[in-house]
Amino acid sequence: MARVVTPAQKSINTAAAWVVALIIFFPILWTFLTSFKPEEVAVASPPVFVGFDWTMQNYHDVIAQRGYGSYFWNSVVISVGSTVLGMIIAIPAAWAMAFVHGKRTKDLLMWMLSTKMMPAAGVLVPIYLMGKSLGLIDTRFMLMIVLMLMNLPIIVWMLYTYFREIPGDILEAARMDGANLMSEILYVLTPMAIPGIASTLLLNVILAWNESFWTLNLTTFQAAPLTKFIAGFSSPQGLFYGKLSAASVMAIVPIMVIGWFSQKQLVRGLTFGAVK
Amino acid sequence: MGRITLDKVKKAFGEVEVIPPLDLTIEDGEFVVFVGPSGCGKSTLLRLIAGLEDVSGGQIRIDGQDATHAPPSKRGLAMVFQSYALYPHMSVRKNIAFPMKMAGVPQEEQNRKIDAAAKALNLTDYLERRPGQLSGGQRQRVAIGRAIVREPAAFLFDEPLSNLDAALRVGMRLEISELHERLKTTMIYVTHDQVEAMTMADKIVVLRAGVIEQVGSPLELYRTPRNLFVAGFIGSPKMNLIQGQEAKKYSAGTIGIRPEHCLLSTDSGTWEGTVVVSEHLGSDTFLYVDLKDHGTVTVRGNGEVSLHHGDRVFITPDMEKLHRFDDKGLRMP
Ligand SMILES: Nc1ncnc2c1ncn2[C@@H]1O[C@H](COP(=O)(O)OP(=O)(O)O)[C@@H](O)[C@H]1O
Ligand SMILES: [Mg+2]
Repeated sequence: MARVVTPAQKSINTAAAWVVALIIFFPILWTFLTSFKPEEVAVASPPVFVGFDWTMQNYHDVIAQRGYGSYFWNSVVISVGSTVLGMIIAIPAAWAMAFVHGKRTKDLLMWMLSTKMMPAAGVLVPIYLMGKSLGLIDTRFMLMIVLMLMNLPIIVWMLYTYFREIPGDILEAARMDGANLMSEILYVLTPMAIPGIASTLLLNVILAWNESFWTLNLTTFQAAPLTKFIAGFSSPQGLFYGKLSAASVMAIVPIMVIGWFSQKQLVRGLTFGAVK
Repeated sequence: MGRITLDKVKKAFGEVEVIPPLDLTIEDGEFVVFVGPSGCGKSTLLRLIAGLEDVSGGQIRIDGQDATHAPPSKRGLAMVFQSYALYPHMSVRKNIAFPMKMAGVPQEEQNRKIDAAAKALNLTDYLERRPGQLSGGQRQRVAIGRAIVREPAAFLFDEPLSNLDAALRVGMRLEISELHERLKTTMIYVTHDQVEAMTMADKIVVLRAGVIEQVGSPLELYRTPRNLFVAGFIGSPKMNLIQGQEAKKYSAGTIGIRPEHCLLSTDSGTWEGTVVVSEHLGSDTFLYVDLKDHGTVTVRGNGEVSLHHGDRVFITPDMEKLHRFDDKGLRMP
C-alpha cells in the first residue's frame, strides 16, 4: 500500500533530515572553520563562527614545522599495506568458511568477531613487548601487521557474507573445468565478488587510516601516521586549537575524498547481500 | 574412453546414509540415465562420480584407474549443471575457453575449438555476449559447449533441462541425443522425469532412497519392471496396480496393467466401471474409470473415443501384458 505523504509532512521530514544531518556534520564544520582562524579567535568562548579574519597561517605552520608529508606517507603505507595483507589472508579464509562449511564454521566466525570486543588496551603490553624484542617498535611493518590483525575479523566477516551470495555451482563448475584452488579463487571467485571485495578494501583503508590507539602507542616518529600528527597539537600547554584543526582537516581530507568518489561502490558493496 | 565403475560406493552426510553401498558399471560410450523421485540421491551419486563430494566408502574407477580420491579437475569429466553455472563475468567465448585455458591449450587451438563448438551449437553470433544477455536455451548450449571443448572421458548432466520451458525441453533433449550420437562419449544424465529417461537412455538406472531398484534398457524396464516401484515409475500414464481379491485370482499380491494394454468396450469385458474423467489429447484419449471393487484405473483409448463422465464401460486387460507382483512387491515370473 502506497503511503500518502502530504506536502506539509514532506517539508517537515525534509527539515528534520536537515537538522539531523547538520548536527552530525557540525563538528567537522567547526573544525574546518577553526582551522582558518587565528589562534586567539580559535580559543574564544563563546566560539566565533562568522566575521573573523580568514587565515592560512595554521596550514602554513603545520606543513612547514611538522613535516606533514612524512606522516601522510606513513598513513598511506600503513592503511593500504595492512589492507592488502589482510585481503591476502581473508579471501582464502572467507572462501573456506563460505564454501566448505563445517559444523563449527559459525562458531569460528563468532569467535573471530568476539576478539573485536576485547579492549585493545588489554593486549597492549604483550604486543608492545613482542614488538620491542623483535626491534619492530616504530616501524611501519609492525603497524601494518598489528592493524591487519585487528581488522582481520571484520574483513573475513564482510567477505564471508559476500561470498555466500555467490552460487556454489559456479565454483564447482570451475573445478570440473580443471581449475585448481588457486585458479578457482583467482579467475572465478574474485572477479565475481569484486563489488564486495572493493567495499571491504575501502572500509578497511578507512578503518586503518583512522585507527589511533595502536598508531599512537606503537610509534614515536619514524612510522608515525597522521593520527600521531594530530595528537601532536593537542598538548595541554599551548593554544593550538587552530593548528590542531588544520592538522585534523588535512588528515581527514584524503580519506573523505576517497570516500566521496567511491560512494557508489561502497554503498553497493555494503548492501550487496540485500539487493538480489 | 570413459568406462566408469562404482564398487561398493557409499555416501553419508553425517549420520544420514544417503547412498548405501552400491555397485554400478557404466560402459564406454553409453548413455546412462539415473532416474528416481526427488531426493533419492541422484545428484549425490553424480557428484560422487564427479569428485565434487567425497565418498564415505568404496571405490570409483575411471577407465580402470582408481579415481576415488582424485580431485574433480583430475578426473577428466565434464559436467553440465541444472543452473548452467556459467561464469557471469566472462563472455560466452571466455566461458567456453575456460577449461582449455586451465589445461594450457594453445590459443590457436582454443579459437578453432570454440568456433567449431559455437557453430555446432548455434552460438556463433553470441560469442561476445555475457551469459546474462542470453535466453535459457542459449545458456544451456553454452554450458554444453564448455563441456565438449575439453573432450572429456564422460559428460555428466544434472537435470539440465528442468529450468527450460516444455517446448524448449523437447528440442534440447533431441540436441543432447544427437550430440551423443555424434561424439559417442559416455554420458551420465540425471533426471526425475521418466520421459527423458525413456527417450534418451541406452541404460536406465532407477534409484530409490539411494538404492538401485533396477538397471536396464528403457524397454526392459517397461516390459519387465523388477518391482512395484519401477512398475509405477516407468511409463506414462502410470501402470494401474490392483490389489486384493482381483489380484488373488492371479495368485499375486498385486497385479499391474498399463493403460495402453487395456481394451475398452461399452458392452462387455472383464471389469465393469464408470468413467470419472476423460481427457482428449487428440491422438489419444485417457479415461479415468472407477471400477466398483478395485479402485480407479487409467485406460488409453484412441483419439476418437467419445465417452463422458458417468458412462458405463467395460475393460479387458491384455493377459500377455499383465504384470504380477508378490506380497513383497517383487515381480513374479
Ligand atoms: N550436502 C548435504 N548435506 C546433507 N544432506 C544432503 C546434502 N546433499 C544432499 N543431501 C541429502 O541427500 C539426499 C539426496 O539428495 P540429492 O542427491 O540432491 O537428491 P536428488 O538429486 O535425487 O533429488 C536428500 O535427502 C538430501 O537432503
Ligand atoms: Mg538433484
